[in-house]
Amino acid sequence: MASRSVTAPQSRFNPIDDWRRLIGPVILVFAFIYPLIDSWLGLRQLGKLEGMLILVILAMGLNIVVGYAGLLDLGYAAFFAIGAYTMAFLTSPASFFVRKGWVPEFMQNFWPAMAVSWGVAAIFGVILGAPTLRLRGDYLAIVTLGFGEIVPNFFLNAVSITGGTQGLNRVGMPPAISIPFTDITLRFGPTDQRNWYWLMLVVVLFTLFLSLRFHNSRLGRSWVAVREDEIAAASMGVNLVRTKLWAFAMGASFAGFAGSIFSSAFQFVHPDQFAFSVSVMVLAMVILGGIGNVYGVILGAMLIGGFDRILAEQLNRPLHWFGEAVNSEGIQGHDVGSDRFLVFGLALVIMMLWRPEGILPSKRRKLEFHEHDHVEEGVT
Amino acid sequence: MDVNWNLLIQQLIIGLANGSLIALIALGYTMVYGIVELINFAHGEVFMMGAFFAATVVGLTGVTPQSAPLIIIGAAALALVSAMLFSAGINFGIDRIAYRRLRRAPRLAPLIAAIGFSFILMNIAIYWKGGNPISPPALLPQKYRAYNVLNEWFGLDTTIRLRPLDLLVFAITIPILFALTWFVYRTRSGKAMRATAQDRDAAALMGIDVNRTIGMAFLIGGALAGAAGMIALYYTSAARFQMGFRYGLFAFTAAVLGGIGNLYGAVVGSLLIGIVWSLSDGFMKTLIGGWGAQWTPSVIFGVLVLVMVFKPSGLFGDHVPEKV
Repeated sequence: MASRSVTAPQSRFNPIDDWRRLIGPVILVFAFIYPLIDSWLGLRQLGKLEGMLILVILAMGLNIVVGYAGLLDLGYAAFFAIGAYTMAFLTSPASFFVRKGWVPEFMQNFWPAMAVSWGVAAIFGVILGAPTLRLRGDYLAIVTLGFGEIVPNFFLNAVSITGGTQGLNRVGMPPAISIPFTDITLRFGPTDQRNWYWLMLVVVLFTLFLSLRFHNSRLGRSWVAVREDEIAAASMGVNLVRTKLWAFAMGASFAGFAGSIFSSAFQFVHPDQFAFSVSVMVLAMVILGGIGNVYGVILGAMLIGGFDRILAEQLNRPLHWFGEAVNSEGIQGHDVGSDRFLVFGLALVIMMLWRPEGILPSKRRKLEFHEHDHVEEGVT
Repeated sequence: MDVNWNLLIQQLIIGLANGSLIALIALGYTMVYGIVELINFAHGEVFMMGAFFAATVVGLTGVTPQSAPLIIIGAAALALVSAMLFSAGINFGIDRIAYRRLRRAPRLAPLIAAIGFSFILMNIAIYWKGGNPISPPALLPQKYRAYNVLNEWFGLDTTIRLRPLDLLVFAITIPILFALTWFVYRTRSGKAMRATAQDRDAAALMGIDVNRTIGMAFLIGGALAGAAGMIALYYTSAARFQMGFRYGLFAFTAAVLGGIGNLYGAVVGSLLIGIVWSLSDGFMKTLIGGWGAQWTPSVIFGVLVLVMVFKPSGLFGDHVPEKV
């Protein structure tokens, strides 16, 4: 029987082969001991990896909205911005709210402020998601894009609160953590890259855990139902409004996490950091890696983030060497960093044309993308 | 509150010129959406490429403001036509390479591909002209730069400025709009286009080459965007790889406001958006004192969100029930 149809997987859990069982722990252990390897080999890539980990959190959050619930959100950077600015408003001594004395002392600490950023981003997810509930796929995408432009534009113009183009600096950092029964104290200063890296890794694992739990929860199954057929889902008793709003809220809350750590780790927020290209970059990660599959999304984030932060720079030297060899000034003067838009764009186009389900697809999404294939074969 | 009437009228003039400029872009969105229900996200970048190509062509002709008037007009016309052909070719090519293969894919697949192409075109533009704004080679004779039509031709004693450039925008836009109307409503190909928009399968059964007709919509939309690119290049006397994003979304807002798929609606919507744009530029700063001055994107995207949420069929569109 050649014909395929969309059916639920046999088991709620994906069958795990023996070799796959090992990959996860190996990568995890490697990720945790990487800072030691980095300083041992003198690679100096930690700062860039931190940026990539933030992108991983963002990609997992967008995956909830786009991958699980099937709502194309083109303004995801707005929630990233909201998380980052909330952190800055609460903890930066330059902040309007702190100067007015409106922020209670304990709130100016990193951890409570991070929780607040998480909550504020989730609430904005609901506020900005609510108007889009009645809209179809592409209209929804454009409205979210509109919000994604309005939010940074607001931060740019609300000069007296946000500092406008000056941005906000001196964002609060986490207090030092002393690990019980040892002499080790983890400090989070601007130079403690290793500790920042571990902090972000823990947050990545936490969001990964949440993503996996969501996927198998009642809410996660209603997301899938709404994505596959809204009308059928509604008639089976899925509450569309609540389901979609939860997707927006949870997706946005991940961005709130990412934003709060981002502004704290890099000590600076500016409206330009949340441009449309950020939303598209995160979308490209989700689509390249495998829409709907968390592991695929992480892979996509590592590939695109890796190109953006690390590879582009590393490629310059061999390229310039090649340019010298073939005696071409154009190649010698070329900066691979200026190819980033091309890479995001090609990732989107190529994946849509040849493998819309991504490199590591979710089985169910794959079937949805190829739903019409066999119909056409049947016709001809 | 005191209204600054001079500023109001001045901003209205600029608004109408801007509006007729984005009308050319909005028509491309609305035609493509009407026929294949795709938001051609790369359309703004097609417009931007038109502007860049026009700058290159004018540069190649080597015409200066000191040249004979006829030569200047000829060079401008050449740049206009070649920008139109260039943009039309890009738009058609994108459809041929990607969108055509995605006609039966899930709705969001071509939209995502379009976003991809918009970024690819932006990067090509960076390779071509660099990341910084470029200014076009000067064409307009010095005499006309600070020329006020209202003073010089009508002898009015006013500070309101109507530049020859403003008039040129209308002089190029209006004939193009008439030509388009004639094409869509009076020719056989236009009829085929309307039939395909109404029901693609039925049109195919009637012997219309659907792919050719859709390709033609992309060609015409691209040509209009190219013309808009040339006009914008000289009207704002700057072009940058990012210009397509802003203009494209403003034009898309206009198309939605007028009812997407409706040609007249797109023009009316564009004029309204153009006026909102210039009024926001002129007055938002004084309305919200002490804060930043660049509120226009928020205002226009606010309009976009409101229209999409409360009246997605726009001012003149038919209500289209969701297909199950």
